[in-house]
Amino acid sequence: MSDPARDLVLPAYARALGIEVHALEDDLPVLTVDFGPNVEGRPGHFHGGATAGLLENAGYAALRAVLVREGRNPQLKPINITVQYLSAGKQKQTFALARITRLGRRNANLSVEAWQDDRNRPIATAIMNILMG
Amino acid sequence: MSSQQARFDPKEASKFFFRHGHSGWLGLTYRDHGENWVELELPWREDLLGEPDRPVLASGPIVSLMDMASGMSIWQTTGSFTPIATLDLRVDYQRPARERGAVYGRVECYRTTRSAAFVRGIAHDGDPDDPVAHVAGVFMTIASDPRQKMETAKSEGGTDE
Repeated sequence: MSDPARDLVLPAYARALGIEVHALEDDLPVLTVDFGPNVEGRPGHFHGGATAGLLENAGYAALRAVLVREGRNPQLKPINITVQYLSAGKQKQTFALARITRLGRRNANLSVEAWQDDRNRPIATAIMNILMG
Repeated sequence: MSSQQARFDPKEASKFFFRHGHSGWLGLTYRDHGENWVELELPWREDLLGEPDRPVLASGPIVSLMDMASGMSIWQTTGSFTPIATLDLRVDYQRPARERGAVYGRVECYRTTRSAAFVRGIAHDGDPDDPVAHVAGVFMTIASDPRQKMETAKSEGGTDE
């Protein structure tokens, strides 16, 4: 039995941080991380860097999923990421899902959202450009 | 307890900042600081790789490094450890970090206003003239009762707390 969500291999950094694939939505992976010491900044809250790590991994995982479907397997290189922090990440499970805004031949543009209880109130968003070489 | 707050000292502060939580997990260490800047080190670690087939640090930990150096550069510049929240942080990657090498994050706070602090900096892997990445960010300074300063710390996002 093959479970596409579980088959998706996350990089060492994501696994070390405790990030997992939660589900697939329209074939795109929703990533999740539980609150814990690894992601804690100010006591009781997510560190901005950990939130950025979740957003970024959701971006790469979504892009990888789409490329695999197209039979492409390029090396992915970050060009840039801009993270907007909208509200503090509390001691709760956090989710992130990317939308691929544009998939070109050499460059992909993604927008990513992270949320906790209420999906309509994201705690952070990111825009990423990724080079495919 | 004295009501007089000592000036923020990045080297001293890093002793407890980096003992626990996300920055402790990453193993961040203090390197150097100046009047309005702070430099931190993110040591090489096998399990922070971003790709299965190349021994290159993921970009996520670099964002964490720069976020932390940004906050500390603001406290160094203002001299006080008051609560701040990251509003916006942008990282432009120039090249991958050197294989199996540490990455250093040097961030300066170039402007503070009553409610905002602006930072810019570089991540490099030994030569500051050949950066791995450039960063720019905006943080909100959260007004607080000065008597409660000791209870405050850096947070991400949201000014509504």
